[in-house]
Amino acid sequence: MSVIHDKNQVPLHQRCALAVLVEDKPSTLTRVAGLFTRRAFNIHSLTVGPTEEPGISRITIITDESTTPVEQVVNQLRKLIYVRKVDLLDEDNSVQCEVALIKVARTDTNVNDILTVKNRFHTIVVDESADTITIQSTEPAPVLRELVDDLRQFGIVEVTKSGTIALGRGNSILKNTHHLGEAGI
Amino acid sequence: MNGAQALVKTLEDLQVDTVFGLPGGAILTTYNELNNSTKFNHILVRHEQGAGHAASGYSIATGKVGVAMVTSGPAATNVVTALADANMDSVPIVIITGQVASGLIGTDAFQEADIVGITLPITKHSFLVTSAADIPRVLSEAFHIAASGRPGAVLVDVTKSAMLGEIDYRFPVQLELAGYQPKQTPEHQCLGDAIELIKNSSRPVIYAGGGCVRARAEEELIKFARAIGAPVVSTLQARGIIPDSDPLSFGMVGMHGTIAAAAALQESDLLIALGTRFSDRVTGKLDEFAKNAKVIQADIDPAEIGKNRFVDTPLFGDVKNTLSELNIKLADASIANSLQDTTDWIKHLKVLDDQYPLYLDLDAAHKSAQEGLGELSPQFVIQKVGEIAKENDPDAIFVSGVGQHQMWASQFLGHEKPHNWIQSAGLGTMGYAIPAGMGAKAGCPDQDVWVVDGDGCFQMTNQELATCRLAGLPIKVMLINNGTLGMPRQWQTLLYNEHYSQTDLHDGADGYSGEVVRGDGVESGSGSVIAPNVGVPDFMMLAQAYDCLAIRVTKESEVEPAIRKAAAETKRPVVVEFQVAKNAMVFPMVPAGASNNDIMYTKDVQPLKGGAK
Repeated sequence: MSVIHDKNQVPLHQRCALAVLVEDKPSTLTRVAGLFTRRAFNIHSLTVGPTEEPGISRITIITDESTTPVEQVVNQLRKLIYVRKVDLLDEDNSVQCEVALIKVARTDTNVNDILTVKNRFHTIVVDESADTITIQSTEPAPVLRELVDDLRQFGIVEVTKSGTIALGRGNSILKNTHHLGEAGI
Repeated sequence: MNGAQALVKTLEDLQVDTVFGLPGGAILTTYNELNNSTKFNHILVRHEQGAGHAASGYSIATGKVGVAMVTSGPAATNVVTALADANMDSVPIVIITGQVASGLIGTDAFQEADIVGITLPITKHSFLVTSAADIPRVLSEAFHIAASGRPGAVLVDVTKSAMLGEIDYRFPVQLELAGYQPKQTPEHQCLGDAIELIKNSSRPVIYAGGGCVRARAEEELIKFARAIGAPVVSTLQARGIIPDSDPLSFGMVGMHGTIAAAAALQESDLLIALGTRFSDRVTGKLDEFAKNAKVIQADIDPAEIGKNRFVDTPLFGDVKNTLSELNIKLADASIANSLQDTTDWIKHLKVLDDQYPLYLDLDAAHKSAQEGLGELSPQFVIQKVGEIAKENDPDAIFVSGVGQHQMWASQFLGHEKPHNWIQSAGLGTMGYAIPAGMGAKAGCPDQDVWVVDGDGCFQMTNQELATCRLAGLPIKVMLINNGTLGMPRQWQTLLYNEHYSQTDLHDGADGYSGEVVRGDGVESGSGSVIAPNVGVPDFMMLAQAYDCLAIRVTKESEVEPAIRKAAAETKRPVVVEFQVAKNAMVFPMVPAGASNNDIMYTKDVQPLKGGAK
């Protein structure tokens, strides 16, 4: 049975989100992920998806500031030829979210208690069976932890998380334009 | 035309004059397009690794991009070491590999290897070309990426189907490198900050690295050093960036650097790091490195700035441009007059240099002689090679392998020119010298190329002597044979209680010994022609097999005549085997991980112990 172990979580104040705009080429994700291995940097989560611009994807990497030299990571990422732009987003200047699916063991007697817990959070039930309920959450990381903790009493069967995505607030926009000195070497 | 023709045509249009390579299945279509009218010279190597190192040697000697071309699978994996080596030392090379047809990729086809995947962490960039139409653009991009910014190794993997595809050839082509724009010149604010730090320094030191060599910044560097009156110490890569004979030069820094260079770093109040990456082999224990110094670091690669050591003032950009800008500022009389007098600082270092010069360690040679372990001092031999080589050709190029002989070559050849010293620094690739020397000779046929090699290194890549002989590349190999893997043996002597585990090569003055190689060569066989006191292999027979001039030297009186004979040979490669003292060690030495203050002049003398003054 898979559960979330707290000791594997990056403490919130050490979380650091890197937003990376990249050219959508077959080897790009390997190059970015490989850089973390090659330089012994830690990744907590990594997500990738298309952007408003064709041919450009956006990767969000959550890393741990206490064990990873973030400035060095940024400089190394900028050296990759297919990386267009790299920015650091912190919790204050960005909106961050993550989708989690939590499958909880259900019995006839606990179903109402599960729903009571569920209703205290921004969640929906996306699947139900005789033995399980699957809850989808878009709560931010600290709230999600609370939710998982509260559901633990019923027995968590499986959890999967999408990894965090982040966008700068307001006019803080990561654009695919050139900045001298921020391009590759 | 087809992709293969386009590949050859693009190389011609990129002004390539030499390609090192070896054909095979997946790249035969391209080789089919090489003929008498091809504008570049193809040099057929004997092992693909040799092609890669030859491209590096060619590049360092000429300043141009080195090119190698090999087939898929095992040929591609054979160039992996050369790619890693060139990339670590920021040498611009492009290696073209053949790849199985696009439709076969991923099927574990014959001679298929995911070479792009394999080399991702050890190249500056890599390409997989699956369409003929992309060949001119991708090759142009590869050359641009290899040579610009911080130079490096680029791999271009071309499928057989791309070579067979049709293309409407055009050149030049528009590059599609929106994510790549290296920064050339530092910002004015930073230059001003650097000048302020320089003004406040009475003990500045210039710590010059390979970046100065790649940027061809030698003139600007010397002008800068004179303007601020700073001593210059150079890394292994940058030997010759300032002539060893210059009064401001204090030699090599690092694990086997000079005492004066170590003192210059440790006691300085301002470290001006130019195109250098604070390698562990230079800094020693990082916390103790140049503890009281502020740091100015100039580098074209922002990721190098502050990577290992905190930097007070970063100067991002090409180091040649950076130094030009600084020199313009320093030409201003008001700035020049406000600099501090460094005379006493230079004098102090000069005293140390006189007190602790590089020395020939004749005692070790004497001891080895008594034990039948070779009697020549390797340092003496290499010093003589340096003297005679430069007398024969002032532009002589020196190439070395990796290990003790490399350190002695760095210390004793006498480096007067910046682009005439070629060796594997960062990766430390044994076997580098012969193929790299071959590449240098191909690029600079009018210059003498002297390859200082060790017996361990020589046995890794000597097959390229066949290439040298047949392609008219008469390199001069000075084989420093101590019968052992010398640097590991030195560490075993100093750090592993003289337990010489698996370092004896049985190829030197003491010939065979030990149980595994039982038999003395005469007994072992029917028809053995190996003479007594000669190891396996007999390097003279090996050299003769390649139709090289072969000379064995065992006594001091034979050293000079042999080197002169090598200098005079212009047609064939030369191998001079010097049977040197097995016990000779490289000093000075900072043990790995120790502070530079613990540098040993000899085993028992530590002149800087007690820290910076």
